[in-house]
Amino acid sequence: MSYLAITDLQKHYDNYHALRGINLSIIEGEFVVFVGPSGCGKSTLLRTIAGLESSTGGSIELDGRDITELASSKRDLAMVFQSYALYPHMTVADNLSFALRLAKVSDAEIQEKVRSVSASLQLDALLDRKPKELSGGQRQRVAIGRAIVRQPKVFLFDEPLSNLDAALRVQMRLELARLHKKLGTTMIYVTHDQVEAMTLADRVVILNAGQIEQVGTPLELYRKPNSRFVAEFIGTPKMNLIPADKITHKEDELVFDMFGHTIHFPAKRIKGTQPDSVIVGIRPEHLTLVPEGGDLTGRIELVEHLGSEAYAHIQLQNDQTIIVKAGARLELKDGQEVHIHVDVNEIILFNDNDQVVSVIPEEA
Amino acid sequence: MKRSITRLLMAPSVILLLAWMIIPLSMTIYFSTIQFSSYNPDQNGFVGWQNFEFFITDPAFIPAVSNTLILLLSVLFITVVFGVMLSALIDKPFFGQGIVRVLLISPFFIMPTVNALIWKNMMMNPVYGIFAWISQSLGLEPIDWLSSYPLMSIIIMVSWQWLPFAILVFVTALQSQDTEQKEAAQMDGATGWHIFRYLTIPHLARPIAVVVMIETIFLLAVFAEILVSTGGGPGYDSTNLTYLIYNQALLQFDVAAASAGGLLAVVLANIVAFFLIRAVGKNLTV
Repeated sequence: MSYLAITDLQKHYDNYHALRGINLSIIEGEFVVFVGPSGCGKSTLLRTIAGLESSTGGSIELDGRDITELASSKRDLAMVFQSYALYPHMTVADNLSFALRLAKVSDAEIQEKVRSVSASLQLDALLDRKPKELSGGQRQRVAIGRAIVRQPKVFLFDEPLSNLDAALRVQMRLELARLHKKLGTTMIYVTHDQVEAMTLADRVVILNAGQIEQVGTPLELYRKPNSRFVAEFIGTPKMNLIPADKITHKEDELVFDMFGHTIHFPAKRIKGTQPDSVIVGIRPEHLTLVPEGGDLTGRIELVEHLGSEAYAHIQLQNDQTIIVKAGARLELKDGQEVHIHVDVNEIILFNDNDQVVSVIPEEA
Repeated sequence: MKRSITRLLMAPSVILLLAWMIIPLSMTIYFSTIQFSSYNPDQNGFVGWQNFEFFITDPAFIPAVSNTLILLLSVLFITVVFGVMLSALIDKPFFGQGIVRVLLISPFFIMPTVNALIWKNMMMNPVYGIFAWISQSLGLEPIDWLSSYPLMSIIIMVSWQWLPFAILVFVTALQSQDTEQKEAAQMDGATGWHIFRYLTIPHLARPIAVVVMIETIFLLAVFAEILVSTGGGPGYDSTNLTYLIYNQALLQFDVAAASAGGLLAVVLANIVAFFLIRAVGKNLTV
């Protein structure tokens, strides 16, 4: 049973079609992340759910109630903004209690709620301070506290971590995940950072040009992308994409050349009819450097050492570069000739329209 | 060594600025303690506090001080209150916003003398002024503003002149107000009034303080409007301290008493500044 149901949602600006028919249903208690490149409409979608932008078509239903035309204050949602948007002239305590005071909640109840929220977010010592006297992480916690104190049906986060430095971002990400576990409230989170999306989400919604590209758990999106866009967007470093040539169709397999190496791809792993041309996608971790033999040969152009692992950028004979994940301890040198083994089971094939035409074998 | 060179290089400008202030001030102090009238300039012995006594006991003195303060506070009140309201009103985009803004700000570009003449001859004239025409079309007796409500007329003219300044400052300040804060308040259930009361007004505290302080400086010295329209009258009803000093020095040729008046004006300005800055200065700490 869906808790938040979005049906054919449209948003037109003067000469710009920002949301092109969004259909999405979110279950109660789910942590959903909207992710996509800038300008894909993810923030617009969130703001339309929040009621800060009006939709130009379609409907939004929350907990069985149509909220499409409702004022944002009546929707029972709370939002955490990218800039935190704390009220600069009020103390932390006043920031936390602002909504409750407007709702004419009794003083005793306000005090009780503010105290419990500030205790859970370690804001006790800061209650009398003004926002400008707080650090970035503290402001972030106040902004989250201000949302929690209202006990809304859904939390909306608009790129909440993007103003924090890298270390703090990782810490806050964890705190958010813990918070979601503790509260169990439905959360919708917008980010352009795929790591945040992968680590936080129960389900990720990938948006592209005002449309939903794919919805799924982080692992589904990683393992079974629907399109080249999703395959390229998820995963760092990016998936290698190599055009295949000399394609021949056989009864039980598709045979093609990848940089001179012939690959036999089982036909039962092809969705629908066999395509006439394909692009081969393979993630860096499914390529292995081998001492000799292997499927491909190339020369190391550059190695990125990350400590636990290393990424080798390898120039193949035809000048194309592919990225291979390698063990950190391999002594790789620039210009060294290497052999690469391709894990055929992990290959994903795309057709001319950038749609995926292959399936991953289940046992893999 | 380095420091003394810095000081040496700064000295000329510091000395010049100091002289710029000290010389007129000491000359005023000097003139305020001697007898000096343009009628008989050679009779100028030391008279002590006599000039101050003369100026303070002038029947025009108390009305002049109170008129100065009434004028100052009324214009401050009108420009700040209407300035905030009008700025908030024209902050949201609407058709013709640019033109409306220019029109609202344009009175500031009109010189005080012209401003006073416009109000005197085109608006408040009891025979062919616009106010008289309005009264007549409603079947009422036209009001001779300048003689019936002289100080009020001056307040209207000066407010019209200074409202644009307040609007200019407030509109600029409103543009720097964070929209996400307003959206956050909106989601917290705040109405337009709540946002205005709890976000916009505090946001404008500093600009309001700036407007009050800058206007105070100029409003204590309002002169052209009075000279051109009411001439300080009828009686002393629209005479302020500045006008009284002018009257003393250039109409009654008593330079010494005018100097004493000038020093009293300095004292008054300091008292006013002290209270006003204390009142609005609290908001400056935001």
